[in-house]
Amino acid sequence: MESVEKLREELLAAVEAAADLDALEQVRVSALGKKGRITDQMKGLGALDPDQRKETGQALNALKDSVADAIDGRKAAMENAALDARLAEERIDVTLPVRPEDQGAIHPISQVIDEIVAVLGDMGFRIAEGPDVEDDWHNFTALNIPADHPARQDHDTFYLPAPDGEGDEGRLVLRTHTSPVQIRTMQGGEPPYRIIVPGRTYRCDYDATHSPMFHQVEGLLVDEKTHMGHLKGCLQDFLRAFFGMDDLPVRFRPSYFPFTEPSAEVDIGCTRDGGELKIGHGGDWLEILGCGMVNPNVLRNCGIDPEKYQGFAFGMGVERMAMLKYGVPDLRTFYESDLRWLRHYGFAALDMPTLTGGLNR
Amino acid sequence: MKFTLGWLKQHLETDATLEEILDRLTMVGLEVEQVTDRAKGLETFVVGEVLDAKQHPDADRLRVCQVSTGAETVELVCGAPNARTGLKGVFAPSGSYIPGTGITLKPTEIRGVTSNGMLLSEREMGLSDEHDGIVELDAGAEVGARAVDVMGLADPVIEIAITPNRGDCLGVRGIARDLAASGLGSLKPLDTSPIAGTFDSPISVDLKFTDEAASACSKFVGRTIRGVKNGPSPKWLQDRLIAVGLRPISALVDVTNYISFEFDRPLHVFDAAKVSGNIHARLAQPGEKILALDEIEYELDGEMTVIADDKGAEAVAGVIGGLNSGCTEGTTEVFLEVAYFDPVRTAMTGRKLNLQTDARYRFERGVDPAFLDDACEIATRMILDLCGGEASNVVSAGEGPDWQRRLDFNLDRVATLGGTEVDGVEARRILNVLGFAIDSDQGSRLVVRVPSWRSDVVSEACLVEEVVRIYGYDRIPAVSLTRPDEAPGAILNADQRRRAQARRLLAARGMVEAVTYSFMPDEQARLFGGVDDAMRLLNPISADLDVMRPSVLPNLLAAASRNGARGIADLSLFEVGPQFPGAKPEDQQMVAAGIRVGKSGPRHWAAPPRDVDAFDAKADAQAVLADLGLPADRAQVTAEAPAWYHPGRSGALRLGPMMLAAFGEIHPGVLKALDVKGPAVGFEIYFDNLPKAKAKKSAAKAHLVLSALQSVARDFAFVVGSDVEAAKAINAAYAADKALITEVTLFDVYEGKGVGEGKKSLAINVVLQPVEKTLTDAEIDAVADKVIANVTKATGGELRG
Repeated sequence: MESVEKLREELLAAVEAAADLDALEQVRVSALGKKGRITDQMKGLGALDPDQRKETGQALNALKDSVADAIDGRKAAMENAALDARLAEERIDVTLPVRPEDQGAIHPISQVIDEIVAVLGDMGFRIAEGPDVEDDWHNFTALNIPADHPARQDHDTFYLPAPDGEGDEGRLVLRTHTSPVQIRTMQGGEPPYRIIVPGRTYRCDYDATHSPMFHQVEGLLVDEKTHMGHLKGCLQDFLRAFFGMDDLPVRFRPSYFPFTEPSAEVDIGCTRDGGELKIGHGGDWLEILGCGMVNPNVLRNCGIDPEKYQGFAFGMGVERMAMLKYGVPDLRTFYESDLRWLRHYGFAALDMPTLTGGLNR
Repeated sequence: MKFTLGWLKQHLETDATLEEILDRLTMVGLEVEQVTDRAKGLETFVVGEVLDAKQHPDADRLRVCQVSTGAETVELVCGAPNARTGLKGVFAPSGSYIPGTGITLKPTEIRGVTSNGMLLSEREMGLSDEHDGIVELDAGAEVGARAVDVMGLADPVIEIAITPNRGDCLGVRGIARDLAASGLGSLKPLDTSPIAGTFDSPISVDLKFTDEAASACSKFVGRTIRGVKNGPSPKWLQDRLIAVGLRPISALVDVTNYISFEFDRPLHVFDAAKVSGNIHARLAQPGEKILALDEIEYELDGEMTVIADDKGAEAVAGVIGGLNSGCTEGTTEVFLEVAYFDPVRTAMTGRKLNLQTDARYRFERGVDPAFLDDACEIATRMILDLCGGEASNVVSAGEGPDWQRRLDFNLDRVATLGGTEVDGVEARRILNVLGFAIDSDQGSRLVVRVPSWRSDVVSEACLVEEVVRIYGYDRIPAVSLTRPDEAPGAILNADQRRRAQARRLLAARGMVEAVTYSFMPDEQARLFGGVDDAMRLLNPISADLDVMRPSVLPNLLAAASRNGARGIADLSLFEVGPQFPGAKPEDQQMVAAGIRVGKSGPRHWAAPPRDVDAFDAKADAQAVLADLGLPADRAQVTAEAPAWYHPGRSGALRLGPMMLAAFGEIHPGVLKALDVKGPAVGFEIYFDNLPKAKAKKSAAKAHLVLSALQSVARDFAFVVGSDVEAAKAINAAYAADKALITEVTLFDVYEGKGVGEGKKSLAINVVLQPVEKTLTDAEIDAVADKVIANVTKATGGELRG
């Protein structure tokens, strides 16, 4: 009978020496197979006396386990090495560019309207809308701008032909402001009203600072007790939230609009050092919007009792707000649809302005 | 409106600084637009007298001058052609900064002669571009005095914006009154004492109007002044006119301009020698012509008012005087006109003649209807002072408009409307200084008489504005809004939300949002169904923006063309906005339209680009509909898109009779006309045609049933005629077993070898999802047979062998 120790040395050496998985399998068969050397030895145990059989049997079992472990260990090592070799072969150039995906963009006018709506919506304003093509009454007369009012001349109105059967007086207009929606809202339901009106507006004027089409956001709040202090509070809070400055200087000064009385223009603080406009503290002022208390005549024109109801209205230019906030230098570029401009000044699709996420990018 | 600080102080007694005045002007509603301190930087220049001017020994064009500066006599070299002995000019000493050239002077040797200082031109002073010679001052100017004082530059010019309601502040005195009310000083008294006439005016005035037109000129005051000597007006007067941008003409004319700016009271002087007979105001004869002071002949119509003599029109009332009877240097006898013209008619006249003048600007805003007699006296006094002569008795006609107005004013409204408490005493003081008389005063309830110059104050709200405006808008405490007493709801309604969602979705799909004009060129509109005359602007901004757009697509395609010209050939643009198929306000439609042009992407090592095709546009349209919660998969797809699409490569998505969207390749003819290169596809989603969003009772989603059993999939291929729509096969497969079949996917379309001429092969994958128990092979085969039977029947094809 061979010495178990000698056999262990021999077999472990053979496991170690196996060059690949096939050689290792041959070692396994030669040691542990049906005719393997350990198996042979096991078969010889029956010829031994009981004491010897027990002792040798234990030794052979231990030998069998250790050889099997060695083979498993060796096999795992070989497989790892093979995988490593394969992965090394599979290397790619990760600096290659990815497959192209189109990057969309939201127009700054849409983004700024969304921002304005987010702030004012939080104050309880709801969006109202009306048509771009208006009649003279909604656009002017109802808003306390009678036919001979000088303010009509300032509006540079676009006209469309009068519908059949009506004279020149029935000419339709492209709304010169979003204010006719005030009228439609007040005629369409009972007070109180708390609405904002984003939309397209039109004036027959074109130069560096005027576009024949532009956007406004109108606000209207009518109830039984809202006064100018509320107007100031509302717009001051709005402007500070919109520009993201808690201490933005806001100034109200008297002005004139036919549809409000008293009327005000609102300025925000700015600096103009070296010709560069910056919003904020600095002693200079920049006109930003117009507002006032709804003229009693306007309420009356909508069938609302001005003795009982009162409120305020305001209006702002969306492009102007966008230009000031985002530093867009030229009004006319908003409508040119130059892809380079749209990409540069546009906003990501999912960059939805919310009060939870903040309004400043 | 421009005026100078000195002019203002002639009416306002005040110690306030310029800064305080400017600040207050803006805060009472007279917005300061510009302040020009013309003396700034010129203070060190003095009047210098050339005692002796000699030819420079070494230079033809230069002179060596001995100049007295009052303190000393200096020698300087001067190149101006008008430098001569005896001239008084503006002397800049060495060390002073010359604003027009940006140079600081130092003694300089010029061809051997040392020059100590300089005599300046207007350009060098930064006043104008005048550089033909040095400034020549009045011979009486005091040598050594500050040049800015002598030149009338020391008085800062203030320009304010006047809102259309404040015609009264188109005169310096109106501005002074507002400032006085705001506590910045007091309004100085005005001398309007009558000047006794020494003779009867040989010219009388008459108002010749029908009753309907009587308001055209409701009052006319005049008088003759004879023995006047016309000539240049005095320097102080010229300085003020120049400061506010007017050109001095002659003393008589300058007086009228001065009073126009001082009191918002335009008036006119006729050369009485050139007036035939008497003066009267009347409507013009249609076609009547007048040669005006601007030397242009205007043709008038029967709605315009003229001032005429017995021969014809001598002035367009309230707008411009006539050349024929205008004053000249030789005028010795004048007739002064102070009249009240109707604002609306004056505005219409000016508009029709396309003529803007200082007089029209004032009359159309409404001048003070009670300030005619006083103005006549003020003007007479000024003419007599400047030109001498004697005045006739005043002649007048008409009573003027009825301007008297009383308003109830509950002072509590200052707080309840104006938002700030103003002490009752202070409120009454403000009203008083502004010229409002309090007729009745009981507690907080007043009855207030509106002054003649404030035609804009017509209601209690106006009175609240007057008090609060002068008290100060900055003293109104800001009160933050509180939310209305209701649960916070959606800020957007369902329609608005759909548009907002479509916008964000299309951008997320890689498209770039554009905002284009609502108008477009007629010739392009024709390609998109055209517009009828109702949508044609009567006054377009330009010939190529003359109709309202019937579709958004052409503007996007035009943008693609412009981008293409800049080298951007592949792009995708969309717009969410209105289109105008009809003229009535309610005809307006809201759409989302988009285009994709060129290739699907740039060249790439792993993903070669392809041309965009109709399915890109279909995918965009379907994605939007699906995102809006509409059954995009159930919508019928029909091949009937509008004519601006490729007739064979376009379609519509419909639910019943409503076309929700159109998509497809843009018609090549349209692309050619709009100069768009390369393939282009587009879609239009018609928001107004979508089924209305229903208000749901509950936000909870439908109950989810998940089967624990494994699904089974089978592939089928059918050979059908080439013109058979794939949707027929898909729908027929679905119909085979509506309970078990959960998905049918068409994964291959093949035409060519092996399927025969005029045929194509459609391969579909059908998924069966058992619900209660695992399907047996026999059950699966039964469904498969049903699928085959359904599809072959619906398509007229057969199972591919």
